[in-house]
Amino acid sequence: MKIAVLSGKGGTGKTLVSVNLAASANESIYIDCDVEEPNGHLFLKPIDITSEKISIKIPIADEKLCNGCRKCVDFCKFNALAYINKKLIVFNEVCHSCGGCTLLCPQKAISETEKVIGEVQKGVSDNVTVITGILNIGEASGIPVIKKLLSYCDNDGKDVFIDCPPGSACIVMESIKDADYCIMVAEPTLFGVHNLNMVFELVKLFKKPHGVVLNKCLDEENPAEKYCIENNIKVLGKIPFDNELGKLNSNAKIVAREINKYKTLFSSLLQEVTKEVQHETVINP
Amino acid sequence: MKIAMPVNDKKMEDGICPSFGRTPYFLIYDTESKEEKYLDNSAASSQGGAGIKAAQTLVDNKVDALLTPRCGENAAEVINAADIKIYKTTNDSIMDNIDSLNAGKLSLLDNIHAGLHNHGGK
Repeated sequence: MKIAVLSGKGGTGKTLVSVNLAASANESIYIDCDVEEPNGHLFLKPIDITSEKISIKIPIADEKLCNGCRKCVDFCKFNALAYINKKLIVFNEVCHSCGGCTLLCPQKAISETEKVIGEVQKGVSDNVTVITGILNIGEASGIPVIKKLLSYCDNDGKDVFIDCPPGSACIVMESIKDADYCIMVAEPTLFGVHNLNMVFELVKLFKKPHGVVLNKCLDEENPAEKYCIENNIKVLGKIPFDNELGKLNSNAKIVAREINKYKTLFSSLLQEVTKEVQHETVINP
Repeated sequence: MKIAMPVNDKKMEDGICPSFGRTPYFLIYDTESKEEKYLDNSAASSQGGAGIKAAQTLVDNKVDALLTPRCGENAAEVINAADIKIYKTTNDSIMDNIDSLNAGKLSLLDNIHAGLHNHGGK
């Protein structure tokens, strides 16, 4: 099963939930799709790392063939091209690599060249295969890196945990696209409810089966829990606002590997999620 | 000399728009004939790269100078490639800035910013 873990903002506990679920499974794959700031590897500390560069295609014009018709300039929805002083200027960082200009050019003056935008690293941490996407600083879109990351999903029955980027933009849509189930992580504040609402809208739009993990729970009233009850969203589990957990987590420890209490918490969370996914496959095959 | 300015409305009395790429209109003004012309800025509604598209429009209109409060680096690259000078406006009055330019009092815009990419507001 493929489980995506997402939230409307950073710092709610996506990585905490993802790495601990991955560590609690028998054999699993952890995929860090938060390519702008991947941090799951800090916890899992994978070894035997291999890496692969990810590149995109950028247009390049042959000045001798270009007759200045500007069909490419007019076509580009991202305005990555300009034609100035009888010369085509390409703004690489604005280009979304759609390939439209190359296809369209009547003079066949445009070809494509590769540009490296990041890399994918693969390593092992005990029972977990750790796959991390890294987008180079200044690049416009991490989608090509995420596409490559998710190509590792075709596994041999291992559970896959996809640690998503924060928010609900294209990069998150790409990350949850192939998931069987979405776990939304929420904080017990009004701001947390606002962010939960964003990702809730998204998973509904993608018709993904989903549930919520309430993180940083205190004894007092929890607005995120209230929101779940009102919207009939399944609460999969609760993680307490706990000093010990906070300390271990900020020292980049995997709590489920350190303390029995948390081993139990994440194991039962995993069981709950597995049950939900199986339930979904039965009623919605 | 033919100059261009990002403006809020199609009249000389109105102000200069603080955004270059997403200004609603461009004023194209001829400093000799005092003829004024307004262009709708089709780049204003672009998903991205508005500065590049707006700059291309000005180049195609063969202006000699651009008067603007600010300009992003991609737009500046296009404008510079066409050898168009970029002057920094001193206030938001169109006429004041034209007078200053005529009097040789406008300086070139030297702080080209890295692009606001929809975070600049209006």
